Amino acid sequence: MAVLNVNPTRMELTNLKRKLTTARRGHKLLKDKRDELMRRFLDLVRENKRLRIEVEDQIRSANVAMEAARSAMSDKALDVALMLPTQEMSLDVTEANIMSVLIPVFDVKLRTANENDIYSYGFAQTPGELDDAVRAFSNAMPNLLKLAELEKSCQLMASEIEKTRRRVNALEHVMIPQYEETIRYITMKLDENERSTTTRLMKVKDMMLAQTHNYK
Amino acid sequence: MYKIAAMGDKDSIYGFASLGLHIFPFDDVDDPSEAAHTLRRLAENGYAVVYITERLASLIETEIDRLSSQPLPAVVLIPGVRGNTGAGLANVSKSVEKAVGSDILSE
Repeated sequence: MAVLNVNPTRMELTNLKRKLTTARRGHKLLKDKRDELMRRFLDLVRENKRLRIEVEDQIRSANVAMEAARSAMSDKALDVALMLPTQEMSLDVTEANIMSVLIPVFDVKLRTANENDIYSYGFAQTPGELDDAVRAFSNAMPNLLKLAELEKSCQLMASEIEKTRRRVNALEHVMIPQYEETIRYITMKLDENERSTTTRLMKVKDMMLAQTHNYK
Repeated sequence: MYKIAAMGDKDSIYGFASLGLHIFPFDDVDDPSEAAHTLRRLAENGYAVVYITERLASLIETEIDRLSSQPLPAVVLIPGVRGNTGAGLANVSKSVEKAVGSDILSE
């Protein structure tokens, strides 16, 4: 690992030591964050998978019912029946915070409280199959909304986990070794300087003694 | 107050209209950019959830990927009348792969 390009001075050494402590603490915290995120994510994603399979099944049967309705009436009649819905669905979105990942929470608002308002047509001119189809879709709806919420949460958490993991790895495998290496380099350099000063002084002392007492 | 939309071929999403979702039919898509454009417009205009059939979604993956990193809207793939391509489940696996490094939930 490359040594950082710094001057081997005591001041740099103190700075680097401080940075290393911060990096170690950051690494520990991020690692904890990653582990906890992962735990929550796995719970969510398991639920997500289960719900998706269930919802896909519901939609499949709803589509079958719709197909039956379509065969029982003309395309035009179907268009007319579904053209002007009486019900209108909208959402209140609030945010929940999981380990500083903001995930949406949906709250359904219907325009009218009457649950029969999903049938936006007269019953006289439409076959019963259409009612079945619309009811099948309506039954799937709560799960579909839950699925939207879960899937979005999973996507957002997945990208947060990826980011956190990169940070943890960068600290663990790049930053911290680099700091350690540089600190070692500076310490050795400083020790070396000290030793060379000592030897120089000894040499000078020898020379001075030799001069005053006329050794040789 | 946010709205909900459904995109895809008309036959697959017509049932949602009666529930009070706004539907945006795309039949026989010649130009996927038109669908991508619509999706982008929905995202910017107060739609919190967009249901989109797997078939249509496979044509505008880049736009969907772009939206997946934003908090809203949630783009959810649903199977259309012409059967299930499995793209929805594949997406779940994709996010597991992204988070964990490999798909540990598939068996």
